[in-house]
Amino acid sequence: MLEEKARLSLPAAGGPGAFQEKSGGLEDRLPAPPGGVRRRHRAASRARLISTVSIVVFMLVWEGVVRLHLVNPLFTSSPTRIAAAFAQMIHEGSLGKDLRVSGSEFLLGYALAVVVGILVGVGMGWYADVAAALQPFVSALYSTPRVALIPLLIIWLGIGIWSKVAVVFLVAVFQILISTEAGVRAADESLIRTAHSFGANDRQIFTTIVLPGAVPFLIAGLRLGLGQALVGIVVGELYAATAGIGYEIAVAGETFQTDRVFVGIAILASTAILLMWGLRRLEMRFESWRPQRQGAGR
Amino acid sequence: MTSKLEAIDVTVRYENPRTGVATLALSGLSLRVEPGEFLGIVGPSGCGKTTFLYCVDGLMPLSGGRILLNGRPITGPGRDRAVVFQSPSLLPWRTTLRNVTYGLELQGTPLREALDRAREMIRLVGLEGFEAYHPLELSGGMQQRVNLARALVMGAEVVLLDEPFAALDAQTREFMQAELMRIWGETRKTAVFITHQINEALYLADRVVVLSHRPGRVKSVIPVNFPRPRELRVKRTPAFLHLEDHVWSLIEEEVRGGLRSAADA
Repeated sequence: MLEEKARLSLPAAGGPGAFQEKSGGLEDRLPAPPGGVRRRHRAASRARLISTVSIVVFMLVWEGVVRLHLVNPLFTSSPTRIAAAFAQMIHEGSLGKDLRVSGSEFLLGYALAVVVGILVGVGMGWYADVAAALQPFVSALYSTPRVALIPLLIIWLGIGIWSKVAVVFLVAVFQILISTEAGVRAADESLIRTAHSFGANDRQIFTTIVLPGAVPFLIAGLRLGLGQALVGIVVGELYAATAGIGYEIAVAGETFQTDRVFVGIAILASTAILLMWGLRRLEMRFESWRPQRQGAGR
Repeated sequence: MTSKLEAIDVTVRYENPRTGVATLALSGLSLRVEPGEFLGIVGPSGCGKTTFLYCVDGLMPLSGGRILLNGRPITGPGRDRAVVFQSPSLLPWRTTLRNVTYGLELQGTPLREALDRAREMIRLVGLEGFEAYHPLELSGGMQQRVNLARALVMGAEVVLLDEPFAALDAQTREFMQAELMRIWGETRKTAVFITHQINEALYLADRVVVLSHRPGRVKSVIPVNFPRPRELRVKRTPAFLHLEDHVWSLIEEEVRGGLRSAADA
C-alpha cells in the first residue's frame, strides 16, 4: 500500500501542456490542451492580485468607518484595535497557554477521528457484514446533534482537555467515516473485473483499485471533518473549560471586549485556512493525474 | 492435433440480482479454436458473445457443458489467458507504463522485469513516447492500444478480445484493425475476437463463427481464406463483399427470428 502511494505521488510527467510537441506522427487525434501552461499561470496570478486587493479594501473600509465614528467600535472593533488586543494578549502570556490547550484538543481529537473514521469507513464499505453491524449506530449518532452530548462528556471526562478531545472526535469522525465508506463503495466495477481477469486477489483489488479510487472521497471527508472539528473545540470550550481559544472568546464576549473576541475568531479562521490549504496540497499530490478543469467565465 | 480451446455444449443461465429475472444467454454452444488461430465471433446484439468470452476467461460460471484449454477444463482466470475489454478499463491514476505492468505486478513479476517487458510491448503497439501519460491524457484509440499492450504483455497463450474497437470512430477503427493484424502477425497468439461488425471479423479472422440469437448457439462457421498479410484494401474486393453479404444474410435471419420469438413470448 505504501508502495502504491509512492507511485501515486509521482508528478504527472508530460502534462497537458506537453501535447503539442508530441502529437505529430500519430494518427490519433489528441484532445486539445485546455489553455497553455502560461495562460493558466497568468490566470492564477491575476486571481491572487484580485483577492489581495479585495482584502485590503475590506480592511481599509472597516478601519475607516470606525475612525470616522460611523459605527461604534464596541460592536465592530477594527483591524488596528484587534492587532493591539492581539499584542496585549501575547504580552499577558495567556495566549500561549490557550493555543496549547486548544491545539492539543484539536490535534488529539481530529487525529483520532481520522484514524477511526478511515478504518471503520473502509470496513463498512468493503464488508457488507461490518456495514450491517455498525450502520444503526452510525445513523443514530450522525443524526443526533452531537454537541447535545457535551454535558454527558463533561460528566464522564471532566472540564479538562479530554472532554473537548471527545467532542472534537465525535463531531469530526462521522464526516470522515461516511465519505470513506462512500468512496470504497464507489469503486469502479469495470476496473475490479479487469483486476479479477488478471488474477488479482481481494487484497490486491483493495490496494490497487479501491483505495486509490477512494482518495477524492477521503480528502473530502477530511475537509468536512476539519470544519466540524474546529466548531467542536469552540462549542466545547464555550460550555465548560479553564483555558483555550474558545474559552477566551467566551470570557471576552461576556465582558464586552469585542477586540479580544475578534482575536480569537481571527486565530480560528487562519488555522482553518492553513489546514484547508494543507489538505488541498495533499489532494493535489494524489490527484495529479486528473486533468485540471477550467472554471467557467475566466 | 488437440485444439487450443474447445467449448462443448456450453450453457449459461444467469439471474439479474436486482430483478431476479433469469436469462438463458448461451445454450449448447460448441466450437473449437486451433493453436495460433484467429477466431472471429459475430452475432446479433444480445446473443451472448461477451458472456461466452467471460466464460472462457473464467469470470463467469457455466450452467452446463465444459470449456477446455489445452484439454483441461477452465475453472477461473489464469495466466494462460488475457482479455482486452471493450472499454479500455485503464487505471486512471497510473501512467501508460504502469498500466501495462499492472497485470504483471499482480502476478508477482519483479518490477524491473515488468517495466522492461512493458516498454517493449508499448513499442510494439506504437505508443513509444507516451509511457508517462495518464489515460485521461490519451485519445480513445491510444487508450485501446494500452489496453491491448496490457493484455499482450502477459505472454498468455490465448488472447480474448471483446469488441475492443467498438467505441472508436470509423477511421480510427480501420487503422486499429490493421495495427492489430501487424501486432498479431508478430506475436502469433491464439486469438478470439468478438465483434458485431461483420467486415471487421472477416478482415481479421481465419474463421468466423456466426452465433444465433439468444440463447446463443453456433449457427454457422465460415472459413476466411484471404491470404495474409492482409491489407485493408481487401475489404473492398468482390470476394470479400460477397462473403460479407453472406454473413449478413445469416445474421439477418437470426435477428428476424429473434424478433419473431420475442413477439410470440
